[in-house]
Amino acid sequence: MSSIDYSQKIPNNVDLSADRTLQRALEQWQPNYLSWWKDMGPDGSLDYDVYLRTATSVDPQGWAHFDYVKMPDYRWGIFLNPAEQDRKIHFGDHKGEAAWQDVPGEYRANLRRIIVTQGDTEPASVEQQRHLGLTCPSQYDLRNLFQVNVEEGRHLWAMVYLLHKYFGRDGREEAEDLLERRSGEADNPRILQAFNEPTPDWLSFFMFTYFTDRDGKFQLCALAESSFDPLARTSKFMLTEEAHHMFVGESGISRIIQRTCQVMNELKTDDPARLRAAGVVDLPTLQRYLNFHFSVTIDLFGADESSNAAIFYSSGLKGRFEEGKRSDDHQLKGLTYTVLKADNGRLIEKDVPMLNALNEVLRDDYIKDSVAGVERWNKVIEKAGIPFRLKTPHKAFHRNIGSQATLKVSPEGKVLSEAEWAARVDEWLPSASDRAYVQSLMGRVVEPGKFANWIAPPMIGINRQPVDFEYVRFN
Amino acid sequence: MTDPAAGLIKQHLIDPEICIRCNTCEATCPLGAITHDSRNYVVDAAKCNLCMDCVPPCPTGSIDNWRTMPRAEAYSVEAQLGWDELPAEWSAEALAAASGAAGVETSEPEAPAAIAVESTVHEFNSAQFNATLPPWSAAHAYINLYGPRCAQHSISATVVGNVRVTEVGTDYDTHHVVLDFGSLPLPVLEGQSIGILPPGVDADGRPHHARQYSIASPRNGERPGYNNVSLTIKRVLEDYQGRPVRGVASNYMCDLEVGDRVEVIGPFGASFLMPNHPRSHIVMICTGTGSAPMRAMTEWRRRLRASGKFEGGKLMLFFGARSQQELPYFGPLTKLPKDFIDINFAFSRTPGQPKRHVQDVMRERAADLAVLLADSNAYFYVCGLKAMEEGVVLALRDIATQAGMDWERLGATLKQEGRLHLETY
Ligand SMILES: Cc1cc2nc3c(=O)[nH]c(=O)nc-3n(C[C@H](O)[C@H](O)[C@H](O)COP(=O)(O)OP(=O)(O)OC[C@H]3O[C@@H](n4cnc5c(N)ncnc54)[C@H](O)[C@@H]3O)c2cc1C
Ligand code: SF4
Ligand code: SF4
Repeated sequence: MSSIDYSQKIPNNVDLSADRTLQRALEQWQPNYLSWWKDMGPDGSLDYDVYLRTATSVDPQGWAHFDYVKMPDYRWGIFLNPAEQDRKIHFGDHKGEAAWQDVPGEYRANLRRIIVTQGDTEPASVEQQRHLGLTCPSQYDLRNLFQVNVEEGRHLWAMVYLLHKYFGRDGREEAEDLLERRSGEADNPRILQAFNEPTPDWLSFFMFTYFTDRDGKFQLCALAESSFDPLARTSKFMLTEEAHHMFVGESGISRIIQRTCQVMNELKTDDPARLRAAGVVDLPTLQRYLNFHFSVTIDLFGADESSNAAIFYSSGLKGRFEEGKRSDDHQLKGLTYTVLKADNGRLIEKDVPMLNALNEVLRDDYIKDSVAGVERWNKVIEKAGIPFRLKTPHKAFHRNIGSQATLKVSPEGKVLSEAEWAARVDEWLPSASDRAYVQSLMGRVVEPGKFANWIAPPMIGINRQPVDFEYVRFN
Repeated sequence: MTDPAAGLIKQHLIDPEICIRCNTCEATCPLGAITHDSRNYVVDAAKCNLCMDCVPPCPTGSIDNWRTMPRAEAYSVEAQLGWDELPAEWSAEALAAASGAAGVETSEPEAPAAIAVESTVHEFNSAQFNATLPPWSAAHAYINLYGPRCAQHSISATVVGNVRVTEVGTDYDTHHVVLDFGSLPLPVLEGQSIGILPPGVDADGRPHHARQYSIASPRNGERPGYNNVSLTIKRVLEDYQGRPVRGVASNYMCDLEVGDRVEVIGPFGASFLMPNHPRSHIVMICTGTGSAPMRAMTEWRRRLRASGKFEGGKLMLFFGARSQQELPYFGPLTKLPKDFIDINFAFSRTPGQPKRHVQDVMRERAADLAVLLADSNAYFYVCGLKAMEEGVVLALRDIATQAGMDWERLGATLKQEGRLHLETY
């Protein structure tokens, strides 16, 4: 059960061949997927042999199998964690009942919506990242980009499998639409705004994999608690892959910081102009990128008060982060949670029913996790002996969703007038010239063991290979 | 034997500077040895059996960190949770001083937290030669069918036999325990181990962690054709410092009666597996309960031979104990035909005789071992007391070098071809 059958057209560990109709439906979707990949997948990657990780089973020995894979031949498939015997629903109104192996009729629409929204983010990020291969700072990084891309593609497969298997014709149509929408396209955009923002350069890519893929982790963790067992099991396996994406972001930024600090110490300066002349990303620019990606990503958690969130939770569709480790009653009726609200041009704290504040609960968990990682970046700066600290901006800064979207708030949390905001926004968010500068750094480096000037080499290679290993073979 | 190196363990640590706190390792560990707080992910040395399951899935490599530590100084979970970076390695001198001063007794197998003792004096690292792949002709092993992270957390077995296999009257008794799984699947191969969940809770009120025991029976059961396995379990009656203490799991197991139920997790181990091609030779080097997997392999070969289905291949056994009385299975072993298995004993505490360790006896048999080292059909297995590991691998190195072989190359080949397996605890 846990081992993945690669002899099939669609590799899987769900015994796909036992369900002919489903198999045929997915086999019809597959060529569309491949043609989407050819159009929207990584630019100029055809025919490369890439040192990729591919799961051969979902247990520890099998899922981190490394080998060279020709990029378009990566075998996307359907891998579910093994079922837990007699799994029980452990939160919401159905607490204590057996987990659902099928979709209950009354929750069909909501579950489909959750799965489609999650599924839509996966091809979106591949689209957002498609030009990055042309400007990679090293072969090691190029390989990591491709790894992220193929796994996002596989996560799309995971969601499409659920749609096809459990949602009939609606599901099949939704699955097709996933290949129709395009990131950033005006008439048919991706569902969530952060997935329509361009990822034009590697600094943005690393910020995206740090912040936005971490949103993925929290959403998947919440879905891994779901009463709908197939969704829970798929999400669990996706989480293992998602970890690598966050690693790419966290270590990528950390390496940029390390290189910048090194040059700061060599030149004995913190003057952004001199550092830019030396070809590295100055720390204030990094802070502005951080502000942008952080604020765009926390919007992904939705409005601070949401009756949908309450319904999703009470009906058992989507739990909280680490639901199983929390010690309350897992039903949350009568409990309250403090949220930030815009009130007559001010920010106030307000207690609202916990069930309606679950987006905010997840957002706060996410913020805690992100902040901890930013502190680890600060350790790199501290170690270099430089008196500068990166900070995540205030929760209400640059928000486009929720009641805070009506206010202009500084990174410190001060409410500003439109005029003040307009006058200072370039201090806080990457300006056109910041972006132009960062893009000017992007040149392709692909010689094994060589790295672009603006980034330090990683501490260790992938799968403990040497850093100058040939991660990509260009044929 | 008082060996200053023996008070050392290899402790498994996570580098907090590289770890991204992704939880993959915690979700993977079959023994629940990994835990975290808002700051760090850490490994509990008392629970980790160094199975390496968590190492390949970790996206950062931060989990692949090991420190040789005096056992008494092993970093606690609380200490690790407070770290911002890994502490420096202890210097060889500091290690020698700390463990020497402790004057540790080490002729017993030790806790799962320990593996290879590394030399404190020279740079030789025996663990680096340990194969992570099984022999090419090994049968496929099932692993992790039951455990905290599996669909089913444990499997219940019935005790169908429990006999003492060392002579009565010695300090320590070793028991041969047979567990039956009825109609529940627990497919195992020689060389694998299972975990026992002792009932009750520890001092902190948490359920006891699992203890690992090697399987002593061959793949088709202690009783051929039945769904059962046997274990070789030695009572722990004093701790590593020699203070009296009753080991939780080993005493529980040794005191079981026929009909009792035991909770089991596993199976574990996908590389310490025997070759199955007919001309393969097996060299087995063990002390104490390290004989369990050797018994399993020997018995499987014996059954094959009896069935007339096996062409041959040499079996060579090096078996160390304090005395003949403390050596499990002494009687049955000596009854095996000489043309079937070449047995070499080493006793370290026979009154009136010089101490002999397995490596001493191996050196005496250098001429035969050199031929086997050079033969790609010969596989080497080392199991038991961790203090033996380095001495044994050094002996292999010297034997190879004296026979004109390049050890660096041979050692790498042994590892790469799954020909040298070390399992010491
Ligand atoms: C892969 C593997 C295979 C193993 N195979 C076997 C086997 O086949 N047979 C077998 O008997 N054991 C085997 N062990 C060792 C076994 O897992 C336990 O360590 C041993 O039984 C002690 O557990 P306990 O619960 O009795 O003692 P615990 O309650 O865990 O320990 C009590 C005290 O004794 C100390 N202590 C623990 N073990 C020892 C020891 N061996 N000698 C001296 N002090 C000790 C502890 O540090 C502690 O202070 C194996 C270990 C591993 C990792
Ligand atoms: S898997 Fe690796 S990176 Fe992730 S939490 Fe564990 S040690 Fe850290
Ligand atoms: S080595 Fe094995 S027991 Fe130790 S922490 Fe890793 S998975 Fe757990």
